[in-house]
Amino acid sequence: MRARAVRLGLRSWVGWRRGLTSKADPQRSGSVTAEVIEHLERLALVDFGSQEAVARLEKTIAFADRLRAVDTDGVEPMESVLEDRCLYLRSDNVVEGNCAEVLLQNAHRVVEEYFVAPPGNISLPKQDEQEPFSHN
Amino acid sequence: MAAPVQRWSCVGKRWVLAYIDGGSRHGRGAAIGFTSRRKRGQSSVAQQPLVTAQKSRKGEHEWAAVVGLEIHAQISSNSKLFSGSQVHFAAPPNSLVSFFDASLPGTLPVLNRRCVEAAVMTGLALNCRINKKSLFDRKHYFYADLPAGYQITQQRLPIAVNGSLAYSVCVGKKPSQVSTKTVRIKQIQLEQDSGKSLHDEPRSQTLIDLNRAGVGLLEVVLEPDMSCGEEAASAVRELQLILQALGTSQANMAEGQLRVDANISVHHPGEPLGVRTEVKNLNSARFLAKAIDFEIERQIHELENGRKILNETRSFDYKLGCTMPMRDKEGKQDYRFMPEPNLPPLLLHDTASLPPGADPQQVINIDWIRERLPELPSETREKLIQQYGMLPEHSFALLNEVGLLEFFQNVIKETRAEPKKVTSWVLNIFLGFLKQQNLTVNESPVTPSALAELLNLLDRKAISSSAAKQVFEELWRSKGKTPSQIVSEKKLELMQDQEALERVCHTVMEGHPQVGVGGRRKAMHFSAC
Repeated sequence: MRARAVRLGLRSWVGWRRGLTSKADPQRSGSVTAEVIEHLERLALVDFGSQEAVARLEKTIAFADRLRAVDTDGVEPMESVLEDRCLYLRSDNVVEGNCAEVLLQNAHRVVEEYFVAPPGNISLPKQDEQEPFSHN
Repeated sequence: MAAPVQRWSCVGKRWVLAYIDGGSRHGRGAAIGFTSRRKRGQSSVAQQPLVTAQKSRKGEHEWAAVVGLEIHAQISSNSKLFSGSQVHFAAPPNSLVSFFDASLPGTLPVLNRRCVEAAVMTGLALNCRINKKSLFDRKHYFYADLPAGYQITQQRLPIAVNGSLAYSVCVGKKPSQVSTKTVRIKQIQLEQDSGKSLHDEPRSQTLIDLNRAGVGLLEVVLEPDMSCGEEAASAVRELQLILQALGTSQANMAEGQLRVDANISVHHPGEPLGVRTEVKNLNSARFLAKAIDFEIERQIHELENGRKILNETRSFDYKLGCTMPMRDKEGKQDYRFMPEPNLPPLLLHDTASLPPGADPQQVINIDWIRERLPELPSETREKLIQQYGMLPEHSFALLNEVGLLEFFQNVIKETRAEPKKVTSWVLNIFLGFLKQQNLTVNESPVTPSALAELLNLLDRKAISSSAAKQVFEELWRSKGKTPSQIVSEKKLELMQDQEALERVCHTVMEGHPQVGVGGRRKAMHFSAC
């Protein structure tokens, strides 16, 4: 049961990882290219700012890779750990809302009951514009 | 922009360069095959058009455009898709927002039954196969009006697939030359709406209102079977009418309840499909066809001048009347789809597979919904044609205006006049007056009873048709008067007395002896009308 749960949670990782190795063909398996790091940073808004962070990422991927040792031939993939549960259907009644004040308390800045955000999406600076760090 | 001498025009499925000097048209008998559209994150197999490829001759100018649509319709429900906050158009900012909508930690989605029923109804009305098991996924992207950082949608296994939508287009200059076309529906899925962003450029900030965040949407994906703006606009119009007839969405484009994104590409008939661009945020029925046609022309011009089309996202600028690239959508988006871990699969049943002793509130029966589907616009039109001998284009016109059909039916109830007469009066004269003064049917000063009475007078030959028009004008202007009152006030009654009529004719003819026999006959005829 636990193995199933672990497999579920990391399933999207594993699929992504499979794609990774095919892209990182010329490299030795286990290393993550600079392009992939940049792509990930852009998607997840995470800052892999140091060599240690990238090394940690590679170790995590290697750990997840051990799932490939499991023989899954003929086993139907799970949708989620809840897939045998009944999906509860709520009646269409209004029971929530009307708490603008409470919600706006969370906001850093507020203008007349609107949340305030920076304009559009701020894109990350490109790789060469960042502080360079060595990466093999 | 477009060279002044030449204009691309859409003739059926082919875009033909028409020279203003009325010169040659390059005719090609090539048929255009279907190809499934490449969706984000999925690859699809492109089928080559079913035609023996003819080598394109030098100077070959014929282009074929391919248009696919993604339509988002807001579900008409009291509360949102996954939370119990209210769905309402105008409300103070952030007042219709629950903790889940604001994506506060610890909140979970709870599916709204009404939204599922709306999706099933729409799928059935559009001839789709309803998937008894469908799944929810997360689509990740960062934007300030998406507080969770992802949208819950149905990417892997949507609730309905493989349907069709029939719509009609004009194929000639005359309004009677309409033909029915069909566009395939790839899928219908349930998904969340995002909040609203108000861009405040001068102060370099964006104001976010989450009232709309989490409202249930039906995304209807139409395959690229359409070939110009007019076809796309007709298909959208028909879908609008269907959704309104079902009650699943009010589909009012002005209020943002129906939003359309178009995928457009051009190619030479017989050759593979070209690179497509996506034009987003087509939120106005008026500009939908214009925007699509502009983009088609733009692509043709770029390719004619040796440039390439970028696979990009563009938006339509209503003021300038052209499409522009969207700043934030550079490069290919990776949405990192993953299963929604907080929602089990959605299971639907039919009468045969209903689990015994199940709570009816927790079970959705597709057959039960199918039996209770309301009458669709196509059925209504067919009935009008059968019952009243109406022309197809008139049945379309009656359904096209809100409240017009009801008005027509109320007039029919109270008048003895022929249905064809009623149709003509309602569509030409009544609708004409409405349009002139930009009124809706509900705002009309003339009631169905008043028009019915007027048509009765006309039918009895108590007044002439020109007099009837005068009476109608008077009815429109002054409230409270009945047609009979106006007729007697203005002395518009036709003379019924035969002898009196003859005397009038003789007087006229004696006064004009130079008028020949034909003229006299005409005079007699005129006074007898």
